[in-house]
Amino acid sequence: MGMTMTQKILAAHAGLDRVEPGQLIEAELDLVLGNDITSPVAIDEFEKAGAREVFDRDKIALVLDHFVPNKDIQSAEQCRRVRAFAKEHAISHFFDVGRMGIEHALLPEEGLVGPGDCIIGADSHTCTYGALGAFSTGVGSTDMAAAMITGKAWFKVPAALRVELQGSLPRYVSGKDVILHLIGITGVDGALYQSLEFCGDGLASLSMDARLCIANMAVEAGAKNGIFPVDEGTLRYCRGRFPRSPAVYEADPDAEYTARLTIDLSSLRPTVAFPHLPENTRTIDEAKGIPIDQAIIGSCTNGRLEDLRAAAEILKGRKVADGVRCIIIPATQAIYLQAVREGLMETFIEAGAAVSTPTCGPCLGGYMGILGQGERAVSTTNRNFVGRMGHVESEVYLASPAVAAASAVAGALCPPEAIMGEPSSAAQ
Amino acid sequence: MQAHGLVHRYGDNVDTDVIIPARYLNTASRQELAAHCMEDIDNGFTGRVRPGDMIVAGRNFGCGSSREHAPIAIKASGISCVIAGTFARIFYRNAINIGLPILECPAAAEEIVAGDELRIDFDTGRIDDLTSGKSYQARPFPPFIQNIIQKDGLMGSLTHL
Repeated sequence: MGMTMTQKILAAHAGLDRVEPGQLIEAELDLVLGNDITSPVAIDEFEKAGAREVFDRDKIALVLDHFVPNKDIQSAEQCRRVRAFAKEHAISHFFDVGRMGIEHALLPEEGLVGPGDCIIGADSHTCTYGALGAFSTGVGSTDMAAAMITGKAWFKVPAALRVELQGSLPRYVSGKDVILHLIGITGVDGALYQSLEFCGDGLASLSMDARLCIANMAVEAGAKNGIFPVDEGTLRYCRGRFPRSPAVYEADPDAEYTARLTIDLSSLRPTVAFPHLPENTRTIDEAKGIPIDQAIIGSCTNGRLEDLRAAAEILKGRKVADGVRCIIIPATQAIYLQAVREGLMETFIEAGAAVSTPTCGPCLGGYMGILGQGERAVSTTNRNFVGRMGHVESEVYLASPAVAAASAVAGALCPPEAIMGEPSSAAQ
Repeated sequence: MQAHGLVHRYGDNVDTDVIIPARYLNTASRQELAAHCMEDIDNGFTGRVRPGDMIVAGRNFGCGSSREHAPIAIKASGISCVIAGTFARIFYRNAINIGLPILECPAAAEEIVAGDELRIDFDTGRIDDLTSGKSYQARPFPPFIQNIIQKDGLMGSLTHL
């Protein structure tokens, strides 16, 4: 029996010729990631273990992104601790306010992750880098601490679920709609303990931003990781930013899968996940008309340039509806700067949107857009659990940047075509 | 190793945001995290829980964020074991890594109700419901994992470094 991409990468990093689903292995890591919430706990554990040195100061990334610029004294203290640790150990890849970005947008952009890598991060959306053909998964702070000492982590080799993408996306349908549609099929635990292995001729039409968005939410299907084959688009993205030689792995034709799904991209509609689980999906046509108080466009899922361009296309020359707060958060400083250069920021501000420096803030109910009792948001983020963005009686509807922007203008969930005065691609 | 206590019961897909909401993630203090444990799903939990008690839940317990603060809050509340149909994988790792015993047992997760008195033997994986008189068999941890839990977590097992 052959191996999947994930299994091949794990075997290579464990020094084994082959691995099988369920096998426990210890793998060498190419990068260990932490943020301002998870790193302080990891640093405590690192010091409790009596460790004095990190395994490799060039293979650790510390990104202050969740509660920065600091929202209160306690978060300032947490950042202070991470900053001091980064200085003490001369961590090469430490990102502070003014130079940072949301970790899962920043690391690919900086060329710190790439094809064939084996990566762990103390953040559940570390699975994002699977878009580049890496094995990449979220862990907790203790795993991060151990990895900073040893450069290794233990894994149970995952079984795999194969997702074949065919065709190409219609107008106003994005990577976000693909992953929401998929989670609607699998449920939030449909890929539990497994890898999601994407394949098919539809991949060629998906931009890197779309793939990063899809891989980002693999964890919302319960998956350990999501992974894309490396193609010309991946190599083009890596050129000039990823300094190492890309290690390209391909799934064997006889690799084993627990199930196979096929999604026809051309049949998809903009998709919305209703409260309080990402699996509660409906098309925008079934969701339209639900009034909103807030629209959030940003996060590690949807704060990339393509996302801001999609939002700007809809907001250009229009106004955010009375009674709606529209908050737009570029995911990194580089994306922010490019958006300024392209005039997107002008469009947002003229439309009546608030624009912020990069932060995870509102996605996890940290700050910068907390919901009050009974309030409802459409959000391009990744989770809509009870109380995720604020009050336990608030609601989050997950959607794409185009849908969030259109809904901000309409004051209610709204298909992008309705705002743009174009016919809908929905089946009549 | 054994545990003995009363059951706090929850359903499917209990996420780490309700176990410990992000508004409390500006601290890593075990006591402060315990003071807000389960607040958004069961605000009476911290008043009711007694040392040794257990949590029993359905499928996909601990889904969502990787915050280790979630199992830390549960352990610091005095909970001796979480039994669920299945666990989200990051929570599963984190619980083991900090030395919070967890057992996957779909039958127990289906039948045990709030307030039941349980006795658990971690060496064998046997769960006795002293209230209903029923017994359940969970798969005990392999030696590799038992070693981590016995040393109070992954870092304890690494102290030879």
